[in-house]
Amino acid sequence: MRSEKSLEEIRRIISLHKRLDLIFMITGIVALMIAIMTFMALFAHMLIDGLPRLSWEFFTSFPSRRPESAGILSAWVGTTLVMLVTAAAAVPLGVGSGIYLEEYAPRNLLTEIIEINVTNLAGVPSIIYGLLALGLFVYQLGFGQSILSAGLALALLILPIVIVATREAIRSIPITIREGAYALGATKWQTVSDHLLPYSAAGILTGIIIGLARAIGETAPIITIGALTFIAFLPPSPVKNEFPFVSFEWLTAPFTVMPIQMFNWVSRPEEAFQLNAAAAGLVLVIMTLAMNGLAIYLRYRMRKNIKW
Amino acid sequence: MAEESQNKLVYAGKLGYSFRRHLHERFIETFLFLSAILSVAIMLAIIVMLVKESVVFFRQVSIWDFLTDTQWTPLFDDAHYGILPLISGTLVSSLIALLVALPMGTIIAIYLSEFAPFSVREIAKPFLELLGGVPTVVYGYFALLFVTPLLQIIFPELPGFNLLSAGLVMGIMIIPYVSSMTEDAMRAVPMNLREGSYAMGATRFQTSIRVVMPAAFSGIAAAYILGISRAVGETMVVAIAAGMQPNLTWNPMEPAATITAYIVQVSLGDLPHGSIGYQTIFAAGLTLLLITLVFNIIGHLLRKRYREIY
Amino acid sequence: MIHTQKEIAESAQYKSEVKSLSFYYGGFNALKNIDMVLHDKKITALIGPSGCGKSTFLRCFNRMHDLYPGNRYDGEIILYPDDVNILASNVDPIEVRMRISMVFQKPNPFPKSIYENVAYGLRVRGIKQRAILDEKVEIALRNSALWDEVKDRLHDLAFNLSGGQQQRLCIARALATDPEILLFDEPTSALDPIATASIEELITDLKTKVTILIVTHNMQQAARVSDYTAYMYLGELIEFNVTDTIFIKPKNKQTEDYITGRFG
Repeated sequence: MRSEKSLEEIRRIISLHKRLDLIFMITGIVALMIAIMTFMALFAHMLIDGLPRLSWEFFTSFPSRRPESAGILSAWVGTTLVMLVTAAAAVPLGVGSGIYLEEYAPRNLLTEIIEINVTNLAGVPSIIYGLLALGLFVYQLGFGQSILSAGLALALLILPIVIVATREAIRSIPITIREGAYALGATKWQTVSDHLLPYSAAGILTGIIIGLARAIGETAPIITIGALTFIAFLPPSPVKNEFPFVSFEWLTAPFTVMPIQMFNWVSRPEEAFQLNAAAAGLVLVIMTLAMNGLAIYLRYRMRKNIKW
Repeated sequence: MAEESQNKLVYAGKLGYSFRRHLHERFIETFLFLSAILSVAIMLAIIVMLVKESVVFFRQVSIWDFLTDTQWTPLFDDAHYGILPLISGTLVSSLIALLVALPMGTIIAIYLSEFAPFSVREIAKPFLELLGGVPTVVYGYFALLFVTPLLQIIFPELPGFNLLSAGLVMGIMIIPYVSSMTEDAMRAVPMNLREGSYAMGATRFQTSIRVVMPAAFSGIAAAYILGISRAVGETMVVAIAAGMQPNLTWNPMEPAATITAYIVQVSLGDLPHGSIGYQTIFAAGLTLLLITLVFNIIGHLLRKRYREIY
Repeated sequence: MIHTQKEIAESAQYKSEVKSLSFYYGGFNALKNIDMVLHDKKITALIGPSGCGKSTFLRCFNRMHDLYPGNRYDGEIILYPDDVNILASNVDPIEVRMRISMVFQKPNPFPKSIYENVAYGLRVRGIKQRAILDEKVEIALRNSALWDEVKDRLHDLAFNLSGGQQQRLCIARALATDPEILLFDEPTSALDPIATASIEELITDLKTKVTILIVTHNMQQAARVSDYTAYMYLGELIEFNVTDTIFIKPKNKQTEDYITGRFG
């Protein structure tokens, strides 16, 4: 008699718990939907406002006082050049320190400090990097408010992303591969350059792309170094007609970038400029989405191909 | 049977040390070490730069005034240097953002890690990652031109610039960071812990809350700390949508400036190097860095204390 | 080091001589005062229960322990005919590994082509001439009985080979550099019986060419392939002798118990 009652009790509790499970599951789906719907709304809003402005002229015109003839030529050229500097600085340094921490670093206090520091750098607000660049690159080192200063500031910002991605990619290679190489008489650097780097290349590349996608959209540090927002000219071309055919004058040129251009237009009261902002935002979002999408695809393929 | 090559490699008598090879290896190792130590140099440079300019600033403004004055008007003739209005703006917008991001991020993480079928997770995870990759300036645009007008339908007296809309959008923006790190932490919990719980008759929800989450605590704490740092340090959303007027208020319906928005506002103008206005942004930056540093230290301590319960 | 006439005569047949070797993982003494010899162009097997230190001992011969911090050698491993101690601190482990190759427990081909896997050791030694590489790769693959199976797809990814083929590829990789000693660390433990048989046959064939030291957990394997056998227990060398003697008439009670399965 008693056991029957408790059985019923148990059944009641179980069905209550199952209902809780169901409720939570619905909550989870709703939360996910809210996040996704918000993104959809953002994208749709920009699409409606910005799409009519997207034309060939928009990409080949300089910013202008008249909203209908303004374009993003100087902005996308500036973004491309700044990204070149960022990649040139962040990739060797980030991959290098990733390799060092994973393969070379002895287990000591200094290594631990470096590791903790990389984690902390990742948490430093981006605008602080802007202040560092303003004080150090713009004034102390005299690079001015130039493409070089901006590129280096963004390189420092994405350095932790590249370091962490490199470390994870290298760590996933099994120890037997290293031992196989060493057993054949390879030196440490031969093991790294012949095996570890090629086999982790896809993972490292994923990290680099994600880092650059982040850098492309960063606005605050570039505003902080005092980048001008109205630039109606292009930096000097890196390719010259006469010897030595390449020039680095562009490094010290004033510039603007996509997010700054967008910010400039958003903060204008005229609605026509806000349509331009939407169009610029659309280009920016598509650019970052494409880069992140590429990174996600690379990682997906890597996971499928991995056999160890 | 074993065959012999004409070009037999002979090493006999060669055991020793190759000086050239070791020089080459040393050289590479030195380069790698220098790039690793650079991250420490960056951190030191940040601190030195902020402290150096702030010291000059605090020679002209007492720390007491800085911490207690209720007005922040460094660029006016009647200059006041009280950081409180900027801190209140930062805290209110961050708090709203975290009220959105932490619960939503956690719920999404639990759902994806413990409930969702494989196919949903495979689609939702990259989607959330894309969401996290959208530039902040775009979110600022969205807050100002989409969310604020929407909120004005509900609250007609809401001004065009306000902390509420900025905070909500910031919250949505931070969800992917929180959810992806939390989910990673939960997925790292070994299966046998879950099986132990299920074997006792627990449901999925009970297992998630009572077994998986406590076991993943240190990872979840790290995710929350990252979310907080993001909120406190976020710049463009607040600079665009909350206005840039310093305003000592705790009311999210008002416009106000955050620390970061102030730095942007000053940087947009033409400030001579070495002026007091120039120094204020470094003092503000130092304050911001200290706030994020406090959270990072708390996170580090939490992680250290609760590391590897399983 | 070598004093009497008799010792000189004996050392001519030795490829290597281990003299009071001890080894430490940090504070843990994993090998205790081992004395042993490797006979030239013979197969020596190391047997013993798990954790007895046989793999640790094997990995001393090509200084693999140098890869990890906190490891310490004590004693000597003399390599003949040079008569140098390969554990000496002024001997570069990389040069030791250029003369003493190793095949691992699990096949560990590099994710490169079959050809590049075999050629890797040669490339590390700075050999770039295509003709030499081609010749040596072919001979190594023939000597590891893999040539006929892969000669038409040398540039395929090595991962596409079967487990047994992968292990033979790893043997070819180790052979390509003309090593003086070849170390095998339980080379068949990850393979099925048929692949195991072919690897064992290969190992027996190779002894005309190279001195072999093999760790095995399989006593039948030791009896089948080796000329000499060493039984180890808890980091000590309990008995070392001609294989037949070890398996038929062991002198030590512990060895006998292990051989006859009364161990533990």
